[in-house]
Parts: sequence; structure tokens; C-alpha cells
Amino acid sequence: MAVSDLVLLEADHTRFASILDRLRHDANAKVVFLIDKNGQQLATAGDLTGLDPTSLASLTAGNVAATDGLAKLLGEREFSILFHEGEHDNLHINVVAGKAILVVIFDERSSLGLVRLRVKKSTTELGTILDDIVARSQAQRASTVGSFAPFAEITDDDIDALFS
Amino acid sequence: MTFINYAAREINCKIVYYGPGLCGKTTNIQFIFDKTGAGAKGKLISLATESERTLFFDFLPIELGTIRGFRTRFHLYTVPGQVFYDASRKLILKGVDGIVFVADSQEPRMDANVESIRNLKENLAEHGYSFEKVPYVLQLNKRDLPTAVPVPELVSALRMGDEPVFEAVASKGTGVFETLKAVVKGVLVDLKSR
Repeated sequence: MAVSDLVLLEADHTRFASILDRLRHDANAKVVFLIDKNGQQLATAGDLTGLDPTSLASLTAGNVAATDGLAKLLGEREFSILFHEGEHDNLHINVVAGKAILVVIFDERSSLGLVRLRVKKSTTELGTILDDIVARSQAQRASTVGSFAPFAEITDDDIDALFS
Repeated sequence: MTFINYAAREINCKIVYYGPGLCGKTTNIQFIFDKTGAGAKGKLISLATESERTLFFDFLPIELGTIRGFRTRFHLYTVPGQVFYDASRKLILKGVDGIVFVADSQEPRMDANVESIRNLKENLAEHGYSFEKVPYVLQLNKRDLPTAVPVPELVSALRMGDEPVFEAVASKGTGVFETLKAVVKGVLVDLKSR
């Protein structure tokens, strides 16, 4: 495959989580998500009760991918911010370092202006961490010959057991 | 692009069901959804038109159990089969770890099958993937229909290499889990061999 796998370590998650926590607090938002461009959830902050994070991540990624497609048709590199306004809740979506998607869900206790302001700062910080992760994943891949711990030792029995 | 999350001790893979319009991609996923226990699946999301044709994608997350202490989660996607939704198909292939090609066995759909495989190769290449390297399974669906082309003929026209081939009647569930198991196995073996 041409694309490296993404490997998220405990320490990466902690760094993401602390930035998201602060963003949620500073932006007065309900929930903040960070997902990768393929729709995998990387970290969250806030109360997830009543939300389906997996579906939310997948649909957001689809939404961003479709918008990227539109941008290219118009000769734009990307539309980096999407905003969906609802009756009660609003959704602010922006692309982070071209690799991940930051989703902020907020209601009338916050405002689009405040969210945009706070998101900007967090995006830069998240982008730096993402660059580190991607660089590390690529370096790891290059240095590892024929194995990707801990999956290098998967046996056929392990795989069969998944379906038993 | 497999996503290995050490923080959550889970591995996430993306499997895409590809094939011509009305070949049964959504039916495959719907059957998996119906037969999977509530604790091992998420919501089935279907972005479809009013006439139930897939507009963007169907999405079903499933969890198959643990390997070496890691939960294995698979995100199953279908693409819209209709020819004019090519831009959407291309988007959905991004980050794919394994592909199921669902072929429609009916004689009048042979050209559509061949065209769809050609389209798959082209779209993979645009993402920088090599068709030969992506774990791939061929499913011959609609085997119960009277106009179904004999299996050897389908295999000779549609099999691209040494990929596993399964006969199926997705509407009744025949061959659906066999196909899924084969592609999951392909993805995990691929991961192991890296």
C-alpha cells in the first residue's frame, strides 16, 4: 500500500485530549472531536451521552471528502472550514494540517465567532502533534522489516477465532 | 490505511464493497447488520435516494473480537454503483484496507461487471494504490437467478488473479459471511506481512 498506517500511542492521545479539553472549555462548546480524514476517531472531549461517535466520525469524514471534491472542481485546494447551523446545536468542522478533522458541537451558550477564534489556536497545536505522529509512523515503517508489532505474530488460528 | 490505536487498544480497518449498480452491495451489508449481535455493531447508515439507491455510501462499523489484546474493528462501506456517481466512489476508496467486489451473476450485467472492475482499478490507481496489493475478494452474487452465468465463465471473465471467489445469494445471506471472513483475513494477513 502506498499510504502508511497511522499509529496512535497513549502519549499522543493524552496530548490530543488535553488540547481538546481546553478548546471545549474556552469555546464553551458541548463536545469536541478529532478524527482522521478516513473517519476514525482520534480523541474527544465533552459529554458524549446520546451521541454516536463512530457514525458522527464517518459522516463527518464523508462530508469533508465530498467538500474537498467540490473544492477541486472549483480549482480550490480545499475548503478548510464547514459550518452547519441547526435549531439548537451547531457544527463547526475544520481540517487540521490536511490530515485530520476537528469537529466542535456547540449551542446558544457559545457563538460562531468564539468557536472560530479558539479553534484557530488549537488547530495549530494539533497540527504539530499530527505531523509528529505521521513522521514517526513513516520512520517506524521504514525501519521495521516485515513486521508491525503486535500484529506480526498473528496466526491463522487467531484470525479463525474471530469468526468462531 | 489501518489505524492502530494503542490508547484504546484497538485496530481499525476499512473494507469497501464495490461493484456495478444493483449488484447487492447494500444487501450484503444489510445482512451482516441483521445477523450481528447488538454489542458488536454500530448503526447502519445509508445515504440513499428515496428509491433506496445508494447516493453516497452505506456505513456499518462492526467489531469482531480481540487479537493479542487489541479489539478488531472493521468499518464496512459500500460505494454507489451507478456509473455517474464516480466522484463519490473515488472518495470512499480513500484509506481502504480491503475490497470486496460484488459481481452480478446475471448475463445482461456482464458488461457492467467488467466495466466496474476497470473503474475500480482506475480509482485505486488515482489514490496511489496498486490493485494487486490491496486484499481483494470476488463475490459472485445472485446465483439463484435463472439468467445467472455459469461460475467458470464468470471466474474466467472477472477473476483478476488468485483472489478468493465466493458464490452468494446476498438476499438470503448465502456466502455473505464467508466473503466477509475472507476479506478480513486478507486484511489481517496483509497487516502481519508488513
